[in-house]
Amino acid sequence: MKNILLSHGGGGEEMNELINELIFKYFDNEILKETNDSAILKIDGEIAFSTDSYVVTPIFFSGGDIGKISVCGTINDLCMVGAKPLYLSVGFIIEEGLSFDEFEKILSSMSKIAKENDVKIVCGDTKVVPKGKCDKIFINTSGIGKIIHKIETKNIKNRAKILISGDIARHGSVIVAARDEINLESDLKSDCRSLKDIVMALFENNIYPQAMRDATRGGLSAVLNEWANFNKIEILLNEESIKVQDEVMGICELLGFEPYDLANEGTFVLAIDEKDSKKALEILKNFNENASIIGEVISDKNSRVILKNPYGVKRFLEYPKGELLPRIC
Amino acid sequence: MCLSIPSKVIAIDENNYATVETLGVKRGVTLDLIPEKVEVGEYVLIHVGFAMEKIDTKAALESIEVYKQIAKQMEEGDISELEGDMGLEDLRGKNGSN
Amino acid sequence: MDLINDFRDKDLIFSLSNLIQKKSKKPLNIMEICGGHTHSIMKFGIHKLVGKNINFIHGPGCPVCVMPRSKIDAAIKLASMDNVIFTTLADMLRVPGSTSTLQKARSQGHDIRALYSPLDVIQIAKDNPDKKVIFFAIGFETTTPMTAVVVEKAIELGLKNLFFHINHVTVPAPVRALMNDENVKIDAFLGPSHVSVITGSKIYESIANDYKKPIAISGFEPVDILDGILNLVEQGENETYKVYNQYKRAVKLEGNLKAKELIDKYFKICDFEFRGLGNIPNGGVDLKDKYSYLNAKFVFDCNVESKKESKACICGEILKGRAKPYDCKIFSKVCNPQNPIGSCMVSSEGACAAYYKYAKENV
Repeated sequence: MKNILLSHGGGGEEMNELINELIFKYFDNEILKETNDSAILKIDGEIAFSTDSYVVTPIFFSGGDIGKISVCGTINDLCMVGAKPLYLSVGFIIEEGLSFDEFEKILSSMSKIAKENDVKIVCGDTKVVPKGKCDKIFINTSGIGKIIHKIETKNIKNRAKILISGDIARHGSVIVAARDEINLESDLKSDCRSLKDIVMALFENNIYPQAMRDATRGGLSAVLNEWANFNKIEILLNEESIKVQDEVMGICELLGFEPYDLANEGTFVLAIDEKDSKKALEILKNFNENASIIGEVISDKNSRVILKNPYGVKRFLEYPKGELLPRIC
Repeated sequence: MCLSIPSKVIAIDENNYATVETLGVKRGVTLDLIPEKVEVGEYVLIHVGFAMEKIDTKAALESIEVYKQIAKQMEEGDISELEGDMGLEDLRGKNGSN
Repeated sequence: MDLINDFRDKDLIFSLSNLIQKKSKKPLNIMEICGGHTHSIMKFGIHKLVGKNINFIHGPGCPVCVMPRSKIDAAIKLASMDNVIFTTLADMLRVPGSTSTLQKARSQGHDIRALYSPLDVIQIAKDNPDKKVIFFAIGFETTTPMTAVVVEKAIELGLKNLFFHINHVTVPAPVRALMNDENVKIDAFLGPSHVSVITGSKIYESIANDYKKPIAISGFEPVDILDGILNLVEQGENETYKVYNQYKRAVKLEGNLKAKELIDKYFKICDFEFRGLGNIPNGGVDLKDKYSYLNAKFVFDCNVESKKESKACICGEILKGRAKPYDCKIFSKVCNPQNPIGSCMVSSEGACAAYYKYAKENV
């Protein structure tokens, strides 16, 4: 099996070979092929610009891989502010010894998602580091999108309805279950996906949310607490309306986690004017039947998130704290 | 303390190592700590990778039945009568109170 | 049937909740001994479902919370030695010693591993014959037999590089210590679920008799807890002090005999310093003398100078039922889950941590 060596990052012939024969094979477009030091782009109007780095272990998981996440993640960040994603940059940091096969699989899923979303990967960088200096492969993607309808966190109003685009915590559960020392088996798949089609479907139906945020690291609790703190609003959630798959509950029960704290990679939270909320829900349900209205903004005084459980008892939904460690006790 | 979750045994190998399932999630646990023989289909409690005890599903179902009766009687509003006549202790007796 | 959701059924919970409120006529201070119960009570909001007469006192039953600074300091010292792989259960990593945590020590490059199962340490020892592997064991009676299995396997396999630092604690000793304190106001106990699976329900009989307090051993699910409380309310009204085994589906009178035999085979009773409560005679277990060659406390130098507990912290009072987390001056401001000062904040099972997470203030 052919592996990536330090020399592939050395800037010489091997590196050229890696880029021309492998990377260009997958990320093929006119702008990239110009091989200028920078991509030259032409965009009218307001743009959105975002970046994120991806360091997931394992790099291949049920429902996706690090390549798919790295493209979906930046696409989603752009969509969340109401932009149509156009161009991406990609930076690879590769640990020597990664097989060409694995790298090719990653490139292939990046290219597939980019094509499906009509996004061009227009510039990039590859570094190879010695064994042990990184974990197989780290990927950074940055992206530029054209604003279709600007959506900003600061616009959340009192009485807004809070919606979620699907059931929660699947990605986080898949990743934690796959850890060597935990090793839980299930049919669960990560929710990893691009949100572009969903957001565009909302826009096409003249639904313009007050705010949107994909609930990645830190899960639902992190997003809502950020919103509550930033806007000084109080959010009341109805626990029963937040859908969680059985397997996700199983993983949470076994390890002492709460699904609200676990990551999603293709599920987003929306704050929507009450009059649009039913229509928005209908559209969201076309993509995931577990989408639901999970709560509302109930005051513009306190910065807090309250969860009402099925028994009518209220408690705080806190920010997730620290490293996610399985509880034994 | 002591997070411990009921799981159904779905396979047991020759080393007394079982595959158990909790809400669709499977994992391996050793049955070494359980005094009696465990059969596939039975439920066990899992704590830090060990099955620590069998769960008496009959007892579990019986107690649920008792709670359902309580719920039914509460709904029908005849719980005070129940208190007077047979009392909860008697209802509970089926479930076995010490 | 999954035996989880069955005991979270809304209708059953409402009816038990109503019944408790109907029957509860006088104030009742119930101590839930076990941190798992504290966690469930706060998570499911059971304290709001039982009426005003019932006051929960959150007991000392969290193995992480009761770990004194000196033990954490010793753990960090062991983990910082050369050529060592230090292993423990994940909950321990965040617990603060005098000046540091195992998590911080790990960030300094020491090989500190959080295990999901104690059994994993056997493979680590096998895979690293040239390293000394230390297992820092924690937990109440629930987890003690699992450590005993690991000790047994280590002996069977003749592993020369695996050592144990045992910090297992027992439930009855701290409960008695609390009850012997005349300032403690406890009327009834909610007995632990999974400790009792190992120990059996019988060990509570003498406590119930000696202190004339009813004890309901109950499962962790909301229906279980409510049933336990209902029984305690009934016993409180009738002034009886029986041991009620609500968790009969898993708890036997004598407990798990095989597990108990294993504990007796490898461990002896010893005194244990509980964070927040002080030294408790017969509060813990350690390896028997004949296994001292496996005991990290003898094999390595574990001596450390530890700082005293913070004076502002009122964990001791909280554990005795004389104060609530809200009453503490440093609660949530200075002392929080990222920077825990007292024992009750260190693990998510601790009373303060549970209050912080679910009810920083009354909602």
